[in-house]
Amino acid sequence: MAALTREETQNLIQEVLAVYPEKAKKDRAKHLMVNDPSLESAKKCITSNRKSLPGVMTIRGCAYAGSRGVCWGPIKDMIHVSHGPVGCGMYSTMGRRHYSNGTTGADIFTTINVTSDFQEKDIVFGGDKKLKVIIDELEKLFPLAKGYTVQSECPIGLIGDDIETVSKVKSAEINKTIVPVRCEGFRGVSQSLGHHIANDAIRDWVLPTREGKDDGFEKTPYDVNILADYNIGGDIWPSRMLLEEIGLRVIAQVPGDGTLMEMEKSIHAKLNLLHCYRSMNYISRHMEEKFGMPWMEYNLFGPTKIEESLRAIAERFDDKIKDGVERVLAKYKPQWQAVVDKYRPRLEGKKVMLYVGGLRPRHIIGAYEDLGMEVVGTGYEFGHNDDYDRTIKEVGDATLIYDDVTAYELDEFVKKIKPDLIGSGIKEKYQFQKMGFPFRQMHSWDYSGPYHGYDGFAIFARDMDMTLNNPCWKEMKAPWLRPAAVEQAA
Amino acid sequence: MPSVMVRRNDQGKLLFYVAKKDLEEVISEVEHDTAATWGGEITLSDGEKFFIDPISPPPTFPTTLRFKRAD
Repeated sequence: MAALTREETQNLIQEVLAVYPEKAKKDRAKHLMVNDPSLESAKKCITSNRKSLPGVMTIRGCAYAGSRGVCWGPIKDMIHVSHGPVGCGMYSTMGRRHYSNGTTGADIFTTINVTSDFQEKDIVFGGDKKLKVIIDELEKLFPLAKGYTVQSECPIGLIGDDIETVSKVKSAEINKTIVPVRCEGFRGVSQSLGHHIANDAIRDWVLPTREGKDDGFEKTPYDVNILADYNIGGDIWPSRMLLEEIGLRVIAQVPGDGTLMEMEKSIHAKLNLLHCYRSMNYISRHMEEKFGMPWMEYNLFGPTKIEESLRAIAERFDDKIKDGVERVLAKYKPQWQAVVDKYRPRLEGKKVMLYVGGLRPRHIIGAYEDLGMEVVGTGYEFGHNDDYDRTIKEVGDATLIYDDVTAYELDEFVKKIKPDLIGSGIKEKYQFQKMGFPFRQMHSWDYSGPYHGYDGFAIFARDMDMTLNNPCWKEMKAPWLRPAAVEQAA
Repeated sequence: MPSVMVRRNDQGKLLFYVAKKDLEEVISEVEHDTAATWGGEITLSDGEKFFIDPISPPPTFPTTLRFKRAD
């Protein structure tokens, strides 16, 4: 049951929109909807992936963020050169906590931040020369790097630098992969286009390297790829452990804790397991068309969804995997049951509002429901229609759904719905905490994690309990403003 | 003339996917769908219609094809 009825939610939307000018109101109304799970498609009720309104604050990123930060950033044995002025490069330094195994400077380079620091003269005379120098310098500094990516910032596209040619020439010279990525920040309406561009770069510059050649790779019928798991707080490790435990062989993790070689040999797998649909469905579709490799989405948040997903994965394989799944489910039942028994009484019936990106607005709902909590509002920063199609099935009737919500709207929704917990990004965190709402930063699990798999579920439950039942929320009012009765009781 | 990827979903139905439009819809009707040819006017489940010159022999899915908007 949702917190508000369908009518109340409808009225709430109208009330919040009332302050906007006529034109803005009309535009924003298209991005807000009241859920109806009986719908097949969200197309008629919600508009998404459109330019944000000028003059209102939203929390979207840019194409560069989508490519450098999301899709390419976690590839650990390549150096990602932020080509352009220093700011973009500086602010994309490991803010995302995509963990990787290895020794920095030897076999991993994810924490190292390389930028070409464009100056006026580079804008006037072009930055191609500088890029060549950078590659040479990096070769001297980090000879063990397996390859480079050139992540363009806005000026590269504006002045029309030819990074493709530089990459080709240098790549032949040093005999390493160099991937030029045309992810200038001004492209598209959000980071979503950056994901697409990054996927296209993988398609054009990485996958063809082993195509049609015999690279001596020994295939098994149980080879799978994990796609679009970014290893936030170590997420991919419990996922991989589960998949290996049921008998599959994970041959590539792209991109979380992944390597260039894994990406190249991913073409040998039997099945692509797609975690974040939004950011890497493009490459799965390409691999399906080109290599006949089917793909499927899965969800490893919370025991209910894990069970569903593992069973669905096993359907694609023979009895060995099916038996493996049953064995694993039976093995971990006592473990997650203990977690649910411990935390469910403390969290039962609490209401949650989510506003994140990618897959989380729908994927983590199952984990909350396993703890007896209810999601009363959800929305995507940069989702497309197909994301909302998938979301309307996951959330209850009359739940509020918002696309690219503005700071003002989210504030008002929260004030009215009064959830017990909010899950959103760092830009909302302190604002809501000051308003007295328990808050988790769900982009990078609030510096905790992993949340995937059975091990992750235990951490997830602990974190939610720790935040929600923290005694500090009772201390939000200054002592001299408290009613006298409460003061005496204390 | 959108470039369209046609693939089968888990239920074996054909899906019509246009990346640039975020359009992913089940194909409900194909004018010519025999062992010899595939194509003609194509109706999506939401009623939109597209056209492609009949292809023979039928393509193997998934594949990317160019469709025309049928009005």
